[in-house]
Amino acid sequence: MGFYLAQFLTGLASASSLFLVASGLSIIFGVTRIVNFAHGSFFMLGAYLAYTFVNILPHGVLGFWGAIIVASLLVGVIGVFLEITLFRRIYKAPELFQLVATFGVVLVIQDLALWIWGAEDLFGPRAPGLGGAVRILGEPIPQYDLLLIVLGPAVLLAVWLLFNKTRWGTLVRAATQDREMVSALGVNQSWLFTSVFFVGSTLAGLGGAIQLPREAANLLMDLNVIGEAFVVVVIGGMGSVPGAFLASVLIGELNAFGILIFPEITLVLAFLVMAVVLVVRPWGLLGKPDAVLRGADGPPEQPLKPFTATSKYLVWALAAALLATPAIADEFVLVLLSDILIFTLFAVSLHFIMGPGGLVSFGHAAYFGLGAYGAALAVKYLGVDMISGLVVAPIAAGLGALVFGWFCVRLSGVYLAMLTLAAAQITWSVAFQWQDVTGGDDGILGIWPAEWASEKMAYYYLTLALVGASVYVIRRIVYAPFGYALRAGRDSQLRVEAIGINLKSQQWMAFVITGIFAGIAGGLYVYSKGSIFPDELHIARSVDGLIMVLLGGIQSLIGPIVGAVSFTMLEDLVTRLDYWRIIFGGVILFIVVIAPEGLAGFARKILPESLTGKKNEGVQI
Amino acid sequence: MISRRGLFTRTLLGGLIAVVASTAHMANAAETIKIGEINSYTRLPAFTEPYRKGWELAVEQINKKGGVLGKQLEVISRDDAGKPGNAVKIAEELVAKEKVALLAGTFFSHIGLAVTDFAKQKKVLFIASEPLSDAIVWSKGNDYTFRLRPSTYMQSAMLAKEAAKLPAKRWATVAPNYAYGKDAVKAFKSVLKELKPDVEFVEEQWPALFKIDAGATVRALEAAKPEGIFNVTFGGDLAKLVREGSIRGLFEGREVASLLTGEPEYLDPLKAEAPEGWIVTGYPRDFIKDATHQTYVDAYKAKFDELPKTGSLVGYNTMLTIAAAIEKAGSTDRDKMLAAMKGLTFDSPSGKVTYRPVDHQSTMGAWVGRTAVKDGKGIMVDWFYADGADYLPSAEKTKALRASN
Repeated sequence: MGFYLAQFLTGLASASSLFLVASGLSIIFGVTRIVNFAHGSFFMLGAYLAYTFVNILPHGVLGFWGAIIVASLLVGVIGVFLEITLFRRIYKAPELFQLVATFGVVLVIQDLALWIWGAEDLFGPRAPGLGGAVRILGEPIPQYDLLLIVLGPAVLLAVWLLFNKTRWGTLVRAATQDREMVSALGVNQSWLFTSVFFVGSTLAGLGGAIQLPREAANLLMDLNVIGEAFVVVVIGGMGSVPGAFLASVLIGELNAFGILIFPEITLVLAFLVMAVVLVVRPWGLLGKPDAVLRGADGPPEQPLKPFTATSKYLVWALAAALLATPAIADEFVLVLLSDILIFTLFAVSLHFIMGPGGLVSFGHAAYFGLGAYGAALAVKYLGVDMISGLVVAPIAAGLGALVFGWFCVRLSGVYLAMLTLAAAQITWSVAFQWQDVTGGDDGILGIWPAEWASEKMAYYYLTLALVGASVYVIRRIVYAPFGYALRAGRDSQLRVEAIGINLKSQQWMAFVITGIFAGIAGGLYVYSKGSIFPDELHIARSVDGLIMVLLGGIQSLIGPIVGAVSFTMLEDLVTRLDYWRIIFGGVILFIVVIAPEGLAGFARKILPESLTGKKNEGVQI
Repeated sequence: MISRRGLFTRTLLGGLIAVVASTAHMANAAETIKIGEINSYTRLPAFTEPYRKGWELAVEQINKKGGVLGKQLEVISRDDAGKPGNAVKIAEELVAKEKVALLAGTFFSHIGLAVTDFAKQKKVLFIASEPLSDAIVWSKGNDYTFRLRPSTYMQSAMLAKEAAKLPAKRWATVAPNYAYGKDAVKAFKSVLKELKPDVEFVEEQWPALFKIDAGATVRALEAAKPEGIFNVTFGGDLAKLVREGSIRGLFEGREVASLLTGEPEYLDPLKAEAPEGWIVTGYPRDFIKDATHQTYVDAYKAKFDELPKTGSLVGYNTMLTIAAAIEKAGSTDRDKMLAAMKGLTFDSPSGKVTYRPVDHQSTMGAWVGRTAVKDGKGIMVDWFYADGADYLPSAEKTKALRASN
């Protein structure tokens, strides 16, 4: 009995830690609709700053808690600084674009933390007076855990009071429901958003600072916490703080008892719970069905335009240049170009579902990885040749998309995005855990091209042909009746259904199509690298794809191509330098600020009409 | 005062000297031996920074003594950002564009394996310096890959041999849930069972890497009431496990055998809370009195103003390996270097190291001892140097383990 109680209390303590991080994320998303990847970085900064202040301030109870509070507030101030200098400029950018900015912030903070605090983990002291354990029913329970168990609900109460019993809270809730109305009534929306950012970041900082007696401040904290924080927020219902609390407790307890029965479960438990919750309750436990991700604030999207005569010439010239490259370039240029082409197809396929499809996918790596694993497994177990491998790749990915898509199209907005992420994480964990078949973390080796394609030039032409054909086909699909129906469904669900189109099955098909093309990219990738590891299924790969699409510009078909080319080239270039992440992040932030409509949108604004077609009058971003 | 004419002459002269010097430098540069080096510098700086410093020191020393075969070593070092795909791309560039004589480096096992496979495909010599995976030299081993650091199997076997001497019979294991953790637990179990058939394993915990829920894990281990615990967690996970475990009394009256915990990379951050009395593999760098090692430590301290860590020693030995191999081969011809690497022996700060011809694994060992806390920091006591050669399977057994290429 005592044992189960102890395990239950341990679960509650973990839940409190999780809740502190998640609550801030939920608040910021609820009001500003920013999917804030940098929230994990705020958490990490909280831990590092607390470490620094604990050492500066006098030791003892006051000094310790003083350090925690100062660190949290400082993180809040950093959040405010970022909001004013960065996010405020891009609230009106197309949907999700702010995500790119937060990605840049993550990179910059990673290098800054390394530079300021060094590479070694920093192990903080125990909380004074709470360093030991008390015995409950004979079981030792850390005193600090008891404090955390109280702190979680206390913060929940404080946040609830703040939002429900103060004028500020009322205004924030009003802004969450209808931003335009709030500003029409004379409320200074900018400052409201800034203050929300302060509260959210402070909570993230507090979450990190409070971890100091439990774990060493380290440079991997940011990315380790962000995935689970998002999961908690989504399970609870985006924007619902009590929901986040409920979800934290659910995950904390399932984890505490789950590892007694099946220790490997920790790898994927949170994502499994999220998938189940979303299938049963499409808006999370306590969420409301209004969390739209698309078109939150920006101008309505313009219809796609066909190529002008001049731009057609340009496309042909580009194709000719790509065909002629092997004659003049060295072998490595071909390797790099093959990489770029593969990621271009990956980004274009993601854009197809996000742009014309209007379905945001956070888990596109699943299809890329399924393609790669499909080919690799076929080689390993069936000994197929390269051509068959490249045929298996899109089939495997398409089948995956068929299954995941069926569940996903039942949801919308950010919940759909998170279900795609859960699907990708579950796929990842299967590849990671099922060592006997997939090789686990050791991956599958020896997947090299056939004899005739083993020369770099031959493989480059193969990649060019497949990627070129795929991009052309995707473009055709967008301009075909199917594509029009899809875009119509994105812009007005009701009207599309009123004229008799079955939108759900259209979207499901779109999922399969995007899966197939991502699978082709995955197949090409595995043969170019010779090996495949679960990394290619991981969140990081999905995020790379998102950044490519958004950076390029989601509202044009050229966007993902521009995004993939510039992202891949930039990455190849900067990783040659020390502290390259700060440079990479800085460049991304610079682009975000000067071109909030994405690179392609920016180009459309400055290029002549002979290239862009007729420009849209009266639409300002 | 410098007259105008004087200034002019001087400038001209200076310019001339600069031109001559730079041509001389270019001529010099043409005669360097290029080495391609890849590692996860941004992903895990806590481990790869000391490694970088180690090889930098070795290269500096080798070049100061006139280089290898009369040529200077030039290392082209790149960051793979922790992604295997990137590592392969960089390897392509180093081989195709930079024309390096060989590849070296990598930390993560899966990245090490990706480059291992690349080396086989491109027929390039690859010195896998840091990755621990047994697969690199055994199940996925190939003719072109050699590995320096003592492997997962070797280090687990070192601990198992010590564990077998203890009275403890009921063992529990806790390891990160990925290939390294799985391999380590497997090796520890098999060696311990062999030495002491009556041991039983009563509990396994597999927390996700760097995401351990320490409280729950500690409770689960405690519930099994083991007499001994084999730990494979490291870094942030280890810190959490140690603190949570000591608050909850998990380690009281229990033996703990812990992989890598004695390495300064993992022991130093724990400071005064370093566990006491654990049997660990590691590197007690401040207590090794051997003369070669002392010279190495002094040089390292003089250059970087800090003590070397395990990674430093691995980085240092990597460059010693490369220099010795090229010296023995008498050229940078690939086949000659490959032949030289088989059975290559060189003197390192950690003693004599040999690359076994049978599986290309070096016999570099590790130090085994118990942990203790002194002056507010963790140290190793009662340690001895476990020569890698004593913990590797015999040539016969190894042949069965190794891939048939």
